[in-house]
Amino acid sequence: MKREVTLTVNDRSYTRQVEPRLLLSDFLRHELALTGTHVGCEHGICGACTVLLDGQPIRACLAFAVQADGHSITTVEGLAAGPNDLHPIQQAFWESHGLQCGFCTPGILLTLLPFLQEHPDPSEAEIRDALSGNICRCTGYQFIVEAARRAAAKLREGSAQ
Amino acid sequence: MTTQTIGERIKRNEDPQLLTGQAQFTDDVHLPDMLHAALKRSAYAHAEILGVDVAEARALPGVIAVYTAADLGDFWQPSPLLVPPPPAEHIIFNQRTAGQLARDKVRYVGEPIALVIAESRYIAEDAAELIEVEYEPLDAVVDLHQALTNDGPLVHDDVGSNIAAHVIQRKGDYEIARAQADLVITRRMLYDRGTAAPMEGRGVVAHFDPLARQLTVWDSTQAPIPIRNGLARMLGLSERQVRVIARFVGGGFGPKVMMFYPEETLIPWAAMRLERPIKWIEDRLENFVAMTHERGQVHDAEIALTKDGKILGVKDVFLHDTGAYDPYGLTVPINTQCTLLGPYVVPHYYTEFHAVFTNKTIVTPYRGAGRQHGVFVMERLLDLAARELGLDPIEIRRRNLIPPDQFPWCNEIIFQDFTKLTYDSGNYEPVLNKARDMIGWDEFQQEAPRLRAEGKLVGIGLVMYVEGTGIGPYEGARVQVEATGKLTVATGVGTQGQGHYTVFAQIAADALGVPIDQVYVSTGDTSQFNWGSGTFASRGATVAGTAIYAAAQQVRQKALKLAADALEAAEEDIDLVDGFAQVRGVPGRRISLATLAAQANPLRGAVQPGTEPGLEATAYFGPPMGATAVGAHAMIVEVDPDSFNLKIQRYVVVHDCGTVINPLILEGQVQGGVAQGIGNAFFEQLHYDESGQLLNASFMDYLLPTANDVPTIEIGHEETRSPLNPLGVKGAGEAGAIPVGPLYAQALDNALAEAGIEILEIPLNPCKLWEMVQAAQSKVGG
Repeated sequence: MKREVTLTVNDRSYTRQVEPRLLLSDFLRHELALTGTHVGCEHGICGACTVLLDGQPIRACLAFAVQADGHSITTVEGLAAGPNDLHPIQQAFWESHGLQCGFCTPGILLTLLPFLQEHPDPSEAEIRDALSGNICRCTGYQFIVEAARRAAAKLREGSAQ
Repeated sequence: MTTQTIGERIKRNEDPQLLTGQAQFTDDVHLPDMLHAALKRSAYAHAEILGVDVAEARALPGVIAVYTAADLGDFWQPSPLLVPPPPAEHIIFNQRTAGQLARDKVRYVGEPIALVIAESRYIAEDAAELIEVEYEPLDAVVDLHQALTNDGPLVHDDVGSNIAAHVIQRKGDYEIARAQADLVITRRMLYDRGTAAPMEGRGVVAHFDPLARQLTVWDSTQAPIPIRNGLARMLGLSERQVRVIARFVGGGFGPKVMMFYPEETLIPWAAMRLERPIKWIEDRLENFVAMTHERGQVHDAEIALTKDGKILGVKDVFLHDTGAYDPYGLTVPINTQCTLLGPYVVPHYYTEFHAVFTNKTIVTPYRGAGRQHGVFVMERLLDLAARELGLDPIEIRRRNLIPPDQFPWCNEIIFQDFTKLTYDSGNYEPVLNKARDMIGWDEFQQEAPRLRAEGKLVGIGLVMYVEGTGIGPYEGARVQVEATGKLTVATGVGTQGQGHYTVFAQIAADALGVPIDQVYVSTGDTSQFNWGSGTFASRGATVAGTAIYAAAQQVRQKALKLAADALEAAEEDIDLVDGFAQVRGVPGRRISLATLAAQANPLRGAVQPGTEPGLEATAYFGPPMGATAVGAHAMIVEVDPDSFNLKIQRYVVVHDCGTVINPLILEGQVQGGVAQGIGNAFFEQLHYDESGQLLNASFMDYLLPTANDVPTIEIGHEETRSPLNPLGVKGAGEAGAIPVGPLYAQALDNALAEAGIEILEIPLNPCKLWEMVQAAQSKVGG
């Protein structure tokens, strides 16, 4: 028995018929073909599926698509200004080698985006704490932390202009 | 100036795609009319299957098909033996591999019993729950010592025991060593099971196009070419009709090398039968029980030394848990046997293992692939000997290091590449010294008494290991300068995060003087390159890299010849710079490589016999033996006296992997390896109960290190080039993960020295440390 949902994803409005039990992660990935959000555990621990709901990070694997009805979602596809651009956070990760296989990366980017908005000059300890809900199996986190620092600097620079 | 990228910290070519969510992982494949699969898996570790009732499942709306073993007909077959047993001196090997779906018996929790195909994954999982399996539960084989005895359940009745293998290897005669020894240390050591837990689980999408007669399979695998070859054979197709794609894999670490996981053949088979694309993606629970595990050994080890701490010999008898089947042969325990010897002179060595079947998930290589266990044994024995002899841990190691003028150093016994274990090159003492300096060993010894007097439980450790890398059989590459101006590299060694799209580009770019962003690397796609084995055993840069280098050099020679003609100059006066062939010192006289490539592929005219079109070359590299890297890890740790939680104050890695192609990527590999080592040492343990049930199959209960658990790692380099390949590279992928267990043991023995504990097992955790301290203190009566 399907229900109609209407939501905004990356500033674009979508209306779809969905089963109530359809996970938000599956809705984004398969209904909307926005496959940048990845699914690592489906039990809310690894953080790979992190997206923003009305600007706040949530686990898309622990939400149903129907819960997002009327809300605004940001996924990794919505970060860059255009198809050949990179958001300063993405650029920072590129420069710092802040990813290896890249599977956990979108979730980390979406976790850091609101964090850096609230903490424009974070300490290493604060960064590590903010990242403690995102599991990475490849990097050991060190270059991710550096990337976050570099991103913070870029964002401060950008807002200063 | 010719561009030189080797040795530079170059940003990765693949990152923009990954960062913008535009890299296609297996579950990102969407095909029209696609169906979805789910598996019914065994709830018991050991049981007879009396019946499987799929009627209700088949009747569920949206279900297209349900298959059991009987439905597979002739297609049902035990998977091949991926790695045959090596030519060791004394070897018994009992090959037992699994059919795609269990028939009469299940042998581990998670073993597949039935396959459901439905319109959606949700419906497929609903249907799987409706399948009724009638089990006759049997006692499970869980404990390794129990498995070894013959009175108890048998995992494979027709073997007559639970022995999967028995191997003895020898160097010299250990009895001589023991007879001469001033000191003999004997201990039992335990190294327990863990799982690789890549963030992307396994998945397969298969599509057979009936008009094109082409089967395309997307598979989250580290070895697409062997998968392609096996699938073609099993499905009665030409290799040309099968394409396996694994261009982006979300972490492999070893367990994604398999031929085959049941799903890897079932999904393509079903896709051909149903004439619709089918997708199967495992969830995390399945990954815990159905992707292969590693670790799981018990060692009875002994070392014989002189009173000066010189090793006379080592004897190691161990049990290896291979799980319910042994498709990967003996790679893991053979690595254990070989890597135990480390960077030390060990004149006499006796090593014997029994691999036993148990009713648990299959064991195959996971980053380190058996080396961890060997290194743990040797490093612990040395630490215990040092304690007895009043030597510090660094000194006892120094006294036993293989001297730098003794290479190549042959250790006689057979390694995983089926050759005698030989170290190609090495200079070990500088690595030891640098680690000692970087960690501040002497400063710590001075500081520690004061800190301990304040009640701080601080400890320091330093361990070493030698890692065999870069083994054969071979890899190949095709390098081409296109008329488009792009330089393309195609090879069979895929990437799961190691940066091959960049490292391979650097090698070719440097040889041809082409800017790195003009290099297009194709890997993980069997339609692009036909021959190779895959990404494993720290061999990508060494083996594929060398093949790329060789092919690129051939293209370079072709380009110089053509340019010499075109520019009417001598070859030795021409440089390749920025995509051009340039007469040295005459800026106007140059021709682009793109133009040369176009000229080499004319549409009209006559071509000289014996020439090949274009600017292209294919080369293969089959190393006669592996290249050995060396490393030392050191750490300073503080134990909380109440919670027994740890804070790592400093962590140092000094590493020698020969020539470093991209230091940024290398450091990432070391850091990631250390993080997995930390997980293995202190956070991760798979818990089985006596009926073979895995008790902690979720990230709630199986703890992976987070950003708060992995320290900043300081990395130092030494560079002893390998003589085995022109670039001088050695492998580095597993290095970070290998010695972390014994490092924790040494540092924690040191931190808790007052309690007098002796750590002989991995993994540890706060509870275990507390228990050890309690036990040690109650022994003293205090």
